[in-house]
Amino acid sequence: MKLNKILKNLLLVVATCLALSACATKKVSTGQMQGDVYTGTDTVEYLASGVPDRVFFATNESVLTTASRETLRKQAAWLRKNSDVTIVLEGHADERGTREYNLALGERRANAAKDYLMTYGISSDRISVLSYGKERPVDSGSNPLAWSKNRRSVTVKAN
Amino acid sequence: MKSILKKFLISTFILYFPINSFALIEVDITRGNLNPLPVAISPLSVDEKSRKSFEKIIDKKNIGEEISSIVENNLKISGLFNPLNKDAFLQAPDIANLKPRFEDWNLIKAQALITGKVSNVENKLRVEFRLWDVLAGKEMMALAFTTVPTNWRRVGHIISDKVYERLTGEKGYFDTRIIYVAEEGPKTKRIKKLAIMDQDGANNKFLTLGNELVLTPRFNPTSQMVTYLSYFRNLPRVYLLDIETGMQEVVGDFPGMTFAPRFSPDGKKIIMSFAKDGNSDIYTMDLENRIVEKITNHPSIDTSPSYSPNGKYICFNSDRSGYQQIYVMKSDGTNVKRISFGNGIYGTPVWSPRGDLIAFTKLHKGKFYIGVMRTDGSGERLLTENFYQEAPSWSPNGRVLIFYRETKTDEKGEGFSAKLWSIDLTGYNERMVKTPTDGSDPSWSSLLSN
Repeated sequence: MKLNKILKNLLLVVATCLALSACATKKVSTGQMQGDVYTGTDTVEYLASGVPDRVFFATNESVLTTASRETLRKQAAWLRKNSDVTIVLEGHADERGTREYNLALGERRANAAKDYLMTYGISSDRISVLSYGKERPVDSGSNPLAWSKNRRSVTVKAN
Repeated sequence: MKSILKKFLISTFILYFPINSFALIEVDITRGNLNPLPVAISPLSVDEKSRKSFEKIIDKKNIGEEISSIVENNLKISGLFNPLNKDAFLQAPDIANLKPRFEDWNLIKAQALITGKVSNVENKLRVEFRLWDVLAGKEMMALAFTTVPTNWRRVGHIISDKVYERLTGEKGYFDTRIIYVAEEGPKTKRIKKLAIMDQDGANNKFLTLGNELVLTPRFNPTSQMVTYLSYFRNLPRVYLLDIETGMQEVVGDFPGMTFAPRFSPDGKKIIMSFAKDGNSDIYTMDLENRIVEKITNHPSIDTSPSYSPNGKYICFNSDRSGYQQIYVMKSDGTNVKRISFGNGIYGTPVWSPRGDLIAFTKLHKGKFYIGVMRTDGSGERLLTENFYQEAPSWSPNGRVLIFYRETKTDEKGEGFSAKLWSIDLTGYNERMVKTPTDGSDPSWSSLLSN
């Protein structure tokens, strides 16, 4: 009787795990998102021709995607050519997290971009980091696409 | 039926234990109150000469009625009391205060009665008030005090606190203030200012102009100082503000963002996060000797720290397990233990002033919850669910939580708002707290009249 109950609970737990993992691995690929990383160009501005100013992140993540790394390599090349330019990396989060955690997350994202630029030869003296957390969304929507545009690190010319 | 039984119980108590004061009315605040206690709040009586003298000072016609309506509103929003309609009152205020005719008050089903008198004594405001048990026909409390007339609203709050304390057995929370962030403008360019108001929304005042982004203000234990995050000169740092003088200063000299500040329970330290190279750890700074201590040392995000009321422990949230969860450690940073194990992610832990609970924000399956758990993580209870809400702050008696809630925008990205809300620890009595503009990040002060 008791064992039966335990088994039942166990099954429930397994079932929930399955449901959760199914959710977590489901990849949506619309025209503008891969997984939940924004791949569109709606909000993107350009530091110079062919040099996008921002990279995007998955929910709660600060890992750079292949596309982000490509963007940052273009930024690094442009920065090497324009050696007098200094930049601010502004890190942002979407609205679906607590304010204080998002401040830390924005900082972590901007630093991921900074580290990558540094491995491509840009001196840390030229880079400062500023996290806005969820305080400055570019898209005021309350939907997955809007949130994906807001999870970003933007490279801004400081001088 | 139940109330008849209750009345019967009360009267038998009085019969058998005539000396025991506990036989008088009591309000149980540990459960959701489905039967708020009917209370008659007779307007404080005021003699004509005093009324006229105060009319000039406070710019209100009848100070007695004004103070009574503050009490009425406080008791009503507590959810524990049902203030009765004044039109039904049979006895005039001045006579009621001297000798209430309990039959009259009983007739309108009042169980408790508040009466009082206001007078001008050498340009000071003198107030006396009495609390009566209508069924027992007894005076439960009588108090008098004198203050400057401009304090008239606080007089109403203090009376409310005394009544609440006498009837529930616990300290009130009415003579308190809320500091919060006032918000205006489009979601993508919000303008944020520090604002302070009385707990009932009166006396709202802006403390900053909105030139720079400000976030997460929190009171010190005496409620005279506030620590908060300001983006002054685009350098997000923790600041200290003296409410009386308006003096502001940066806390410490950190080479990067400091955020998520709170005071220690003795008010001598500020605990906060410092972000460096993508990693946020928890630090404290002693406000007297300026000594900075690093409390956590972990390559994950550690933030939202809050001390236990005895100062011996700290709760915080960390994503060291992969997602945001709540942890408790000793105040020196040792003995770190994860306490949240439910489904979802957990943030913004705040230790109850009573010491036994931690309130938090939880995100699970796309919904945000405000909840409480014991300090070892057991007994998790979710109080309210919504599209977005976070950052609970405790009333000083640990019975009510205030937090903020944001609305979902429509397809055009419009319709955004942020409002302050409160809810009782019981999960009942959820209410919007009115503010002149939108509001977020509320922090409740201590009891000012302590």
